[in-house]
Parts: sequence; C-alpha cells; structure tokens
Amino acid sequence: MPRTPIKISAEIDYLSILDEQGQIDKSLEPNLSAEQLKTLYHYMLLGRRLDERMLIMQRQGRLSTFAQCTGHEAISLGAAFAINKADSFVPYYRELAGMLYRGWPIEEFLLYWNGFEEGAMVPAELKDLPFCVPISSQLLHAVGMGMAINIKNEQKVVVVFFGDGAASEGDCHEALNFATVFNVPVIFMCVNNQYAISVPLSKQMKAKTIVQRAIAYDMPGIQVDGNDILAVYSATKDAVTRAREGGGPTLIEAVTYRVAPHTTADDPKRYRSDEEVAIWLKREPLVRFRQYMYDKKIILKGEEEKLEEQITNDIKAAVEKADLLAKSPDFSNPLHIFDYSYAEIPPCVQRQRQELEDYLQYKKGSYKKEESKNA
Amino acid sequence: MPEMNMAKAINLALHEAMAKDERVIILGQDVGRDEGVFRVTEGLSAKYGDKRVIDTPLAESGIIGAAIGMAVYGLRPVCEIQFAGFDYYGYQQMESHAARLRNRTRGRITVPLVMRAPYGGGIRAPEHHSESKEAIYAHTPGLKLVIPSGPRNARALLLAAIADPDPVIYYEPKAIYRLFREEVPEKTEIMPLGKANIARVGKDITLISYGASMQAALGAAENLAQENVDCEIIDLLSLSPLDIDTIINSIKKTGRAVVIHEAPRTCGVGAEIIAQINEHALLYLEAPIKRVTGYDTPFPYFSKEQYYIPDADKVAMACRSILDIDGAAN
Repeated sequence: MPRTPIKISAEIDYLSILDEQGQIDKSLEPNLSAEQLKTLYHYMLLGRRLDERMLIMQRQGRLSTFAQCTGHEAISLGAAFAINKADSFVPYYRELAGMLYRGWPIEEFLLYWNGFEEGAMVPAELKDLPFCVPISSQLLHAVGMGMAINIKNEQKVVVVFFGDGAASEGDCHEALNFATVFNVPVIFMCVNNQYAISVPLSKQMKAKTIVQRAIAYDMPGIQVDGNDILAVYSATKDAVTRAREGGGPTLIEAVTYRVAPHTTADDPKRYRSDEEVAIWLKREPLVRFRQYMYDKKIILKGEEEKLEEQITNDIKAAVEKADLLAKSPDFSNPLHIFDYSYAEIPPCVQRQRQELEDYLQYKKGSYKKEESKNA
Repeated sequence: MPEMNMAKAINLALHEAMAKDERVIILGQDVGRDEGVFRVTEGLSAKYGDKRVIDTPLAESGIIGAAIGMAVYGLRPVCEIQFAGFDYYGYQQMESHAARLRNRTRGRITVPLVMRAPYGGGIRAPEHHSESKEAIYAHTPGLKLVIPSGPRNARALLLAAIADPDPVIYYEPKAIYRLFREEVPEKTEIMPLGKANIARVGKDITLISYGASMQAALGAAENLAQENVDCEIIDLLSLSPLDIDTIINSIKKTGRAVVIHEAPRTCGVGAEIIAQINEHALLYLEAPIKRVTGYDTPFPYFSKEQYYIPDADKVAMACRSILDIDGAAN
C-alpha cells in the first residue's frame, strides 16, 4: 500500500473588527442598532465598575477572595448578546458582564463572593448555570444540555465558557469530542487570558492556538480578538445561527489578557512584568468600544457622566441590598447548611441539624449566663 | 533550629528531601515560579530548576498519572494538588494505578509517590477550597494517608512519606499553615508512618483527632481541665495505617472517647475508629463514644463555615455529655 497524504483542513480565521484604537473595519461591522450598542456599552461599563467596586470592598474586608473580571467584559457580554434569553449561558467565573446582561442581579455577586450560596441562585427565568469553580467540568454539562436540546427537538443553543488553563483538563477534550459526535448546539467560548494563575500559555501547551483543536474534533472554529466586543459578538452570532440550523458546535478562542491578578489572593508580580501588563492595558476592551461609540455619536460626552452616575447608584443600592440580605434571618440562618442537599432531608441529616440547633441554643444560653454574671 | 510555622516546616522537608536524593521531583500547578499558592514550595525552583520542580499544565489527572509514571521509572515524585477539593480528577489514577500496581504485579512495580494537598476549611475560601475528603483515601487499599498537626511532625512525617516505598497521601491542614510556630530540631527528624502521638496525657476521657481539628481537641481539654476533667488526646498523624494500639491502650485507661474531625460524619474516619474500639475494647467502655465532626452536607460557603467546623465548645459539650458531670448539656 502506498503512503498517501490525508487531507485535513488546517485553516482557521482570526477575526478583529474594532482595533486597539477603536477604529472599525466597516466591511465587518455588525448590524446593531444604536439602542443595542447602548445596551452593550451599559453592561460593559456596569461589569467594569462593579468589578472595581468589589475590589475596593475586598480591600476593606467587606468581601473575601474573588476573581476579578476587568478586561474580560467583551467576551462574556459579546457572547451573551448573541443568544436569546431562552438559550443557556454556562459560565466559569469571569463572566460578570455577560451574567449581568443575562439578568443576574448585582447583589448576587456580592453575596457569592461573601460566602453565601444564595449568590449562586440562578434567576428563575433562566436555564443558565451558576459559576463553576472546578476547572473545565462545566464543558460537559453544556454538552449534556445540548444533547437534551436535540432530544427535545428545540431550537435553542448553549454557550459555555472556559479558560486557557481549562483547555488542558481531560474534561475539555471529552466535551469537544462528545460535541461533534452528538452534533450538539453548543458554542465553546475559550477565554484565552494567557495565564492559569502563574503559568503562562507557553508553558500550558505547545500548540500555536487553542482553536486549532476544532480541526481535530471536526468542528468549525475561529479565533477572535477577545478585547473586541464586536468581533466576539459577530463570531458568536455566526456560530449560534449555524447551531440553530442543526450545524452543531463551534469552538471560539477569544484572545485576551488577564490584566488583574488570578484572584485577590494572587500576586502576579511574582511571575510577570508590569511592562507586559502595560502593553495589554492599552488594548483593553472598554476604551476602544467607548471610542467607537463616540465616533458613531451614539454616546455624547454628557450622557457618559449620566450613565456613570446611574451605574454608581445601581451598585450602591445593590451593596445595601446585599448587606441587608446577608443579615436577614433567612440568609444568615446556619441551619440552612442542612436544607438544600436533598429534596427531602434524610433522617441522619435531620438529626445533625437538631444537634447544631441544640448547640446554638446552648451557646446562646451560656452567653446569657456570662452576661448576667458580668451584670 | 529556630521556631517556624507549618508551611515553613513542610518547605524545609522538601528542601531536605531534594538535597538528599536527586530522584525527588516536585510537580504540580504553580509550584515553580509562583512557589505554590501557599508558598510551600518556596525557593525550590530557584535552587533546583525546572527539571526537578515542574510547573505542569492545569490537569490533576495529568499530574497524578505522570507522577505514577515517574515513580515506576525510579524517581520519587512529590506532586502537589493545589486544593484537596480538586483532586477528584486525579483520584482515578490514584485508585486504579498508584494504589494497585504493587499488588497487580506481585511486587515487581512499585509506586513510591507522595501527593500533597492542602485540605480543610477555616480560611474564608470560595467553594471547593475547603473540603476534607481524607476518608476516600483511607478507604482505598494500597494508599497510606498522613495528616500532620503542627510544624515539627509535618516536617518529620513528610520526610517519612517521601522515603516510603508506597504511595502516600499527605494532607496538609491549611487552616494551621501559619497558625503557630514550633521548635523544629536542627537535625533531620523522621517520624515513622503508622504511629499516633499522645499529645496530652490524661485519665478521664480520650479525645482522638488529627490535623486542624487537633486545635479544637486541645482547646476543649484546656476548658475541661478547669472543670477537673483530665483529657487524654491522641493525635493520629497517620490515618492509614491506623495506630489502633495507642487508641485501645488509652480507652482501657479512660473508658470514654470523643472522635473529632472536620470531614463529614457518615463513613468518616471516626466511624472506623469507633468500630475498631468496639471490636477490641468494648467491655472497657463506660459510655457511648461521641463524634464531633463536619456534617453530612457539602462544606458550606464561608459565611457559615464556623458552624460546620468542630470547635472547642462543641468538643467540650460532647465530652460533658458522656462524663458524669452535673448540669451536662445533653
């Protein structure tokens, strides 16, 4: 038998629409109304300002460790904007802007990062999933949701997010393989921010791109400028259209940079230079989108201040609400530890619940004793 | 040697092991340039380079699986899983191969690896960063399981784990990484695996614990001493193999026991200890044995973690309930 070449398509596009200076490529500009663009800008700014506010609160000791999303807004928001509310959005944990647009109330993020499960309560009207901390595991859930959509003969899609580090986990490969085997309507959005805590992408993998895996699994793939919300939106929109028509999954690699630390517990100065960060800060998504909005005269200078003020007020109200909720008898009740693992509390768990209740009563009593002694 | 905290003592053991034996290799996520998210691998990458201190891609199964490969090929890998709550991807490799290769090959192939993993709550961390899943490993034949409780034993046990011919899970109670300092001997000290330590000698009741929960046991003993209750405390150190003799000898003396651990109660390490006490010393018991443990729920988000984690008051309350004390709470 002769040795013959196997022809494999090995071409993948890179898409950039709005460049670093906010200059548009007219031929690729998506057809979005002024209202739509305003909405996008609103949520992008809200995501950024909330992230900044949370950092201040963390420094004040009012929030614990959290994962900042600054610089990642274009990806989650651009993708969220390309799907419908009836579709599903499956995050990892840097999708703040997109989730706000999906309808997650601001206070939920404050509660989540303050150690309340209530912050992971998916809004009832959504078929979305909450943050997923175990890296890469959510990809298979998205695939399963896609399989369910096919089984139920629905026209819906799922967009699922994962990082460049997550691409190294076995679950990622399993998910991509399942996805084409079962032709699921799933958009895999890789948020390539080039760092898995301290490990740069160059030590994470030797391949040139993450998106080239699309070739291996025989699905369409595209790499986009992840700091360009119009590129993310357009690429996702194409993938969504294809998926709704039965065309199956798409892998999108959105190239960005984690300008913030991995979490507030991380010190990136240990493993990368300020110069490297500075280069990427110049490419960040909000400034260039603002420039585009100015150039199109969709936002005028005065309006910008009004929007900032509105966002500041919305965040302030949410902070107050989260504080109230955290102290409310319902959210602060320690006995709720026991109440949500099963539809029905098993007897042994019920006994443990009683045990903690007794203990809390006993503590209250002994404090009272102490107080009366002191009085 | 000066006093040091537990994180530093573990780091010292890694330095000693690497200096002594060039087969010792460190691998894991962020263990190199970042020196570990808890800085436990500090100075190792700078000293030994990336050939012996390996930052791996983000893949727990990859880390454990590769460590197995290194171990069967004559190296002594010490791999780090960043948080115990993320070791499930690696568990398949651990159970199916690390724990079995010796048996499968009738002793021809052995897997002398160590898996280090910070475990437990109390540091206000996000979900999956506070789990105590030691029972899974204690329930896996072929593995050894070690949990230190302070700087001195942390160093001496890690050195024993690295020298051990079989796979050892070395669970690090992260809540006490930097809680207190302790004198660590100048000369290399190695404590044998499989030996418990009597941390406090007493005659009235035996408190059995390990890891960060030792703090609750010690606190309770101090409180109870004011009520003239004399607690004996056993620090297990090694959960597999379990030093049942030390436990039985203590029970024979006190006739009463409370087992304390942060992990969920059902099928936890406490259940096994009580079963073995029943098998070996039932007739010495003066009262039922109590357990103070985490509950049979997922570890709660941190706003409620203090209610979940055993504390000195809970332990003292359990002790009073099985001691003949007036006004006992239960």
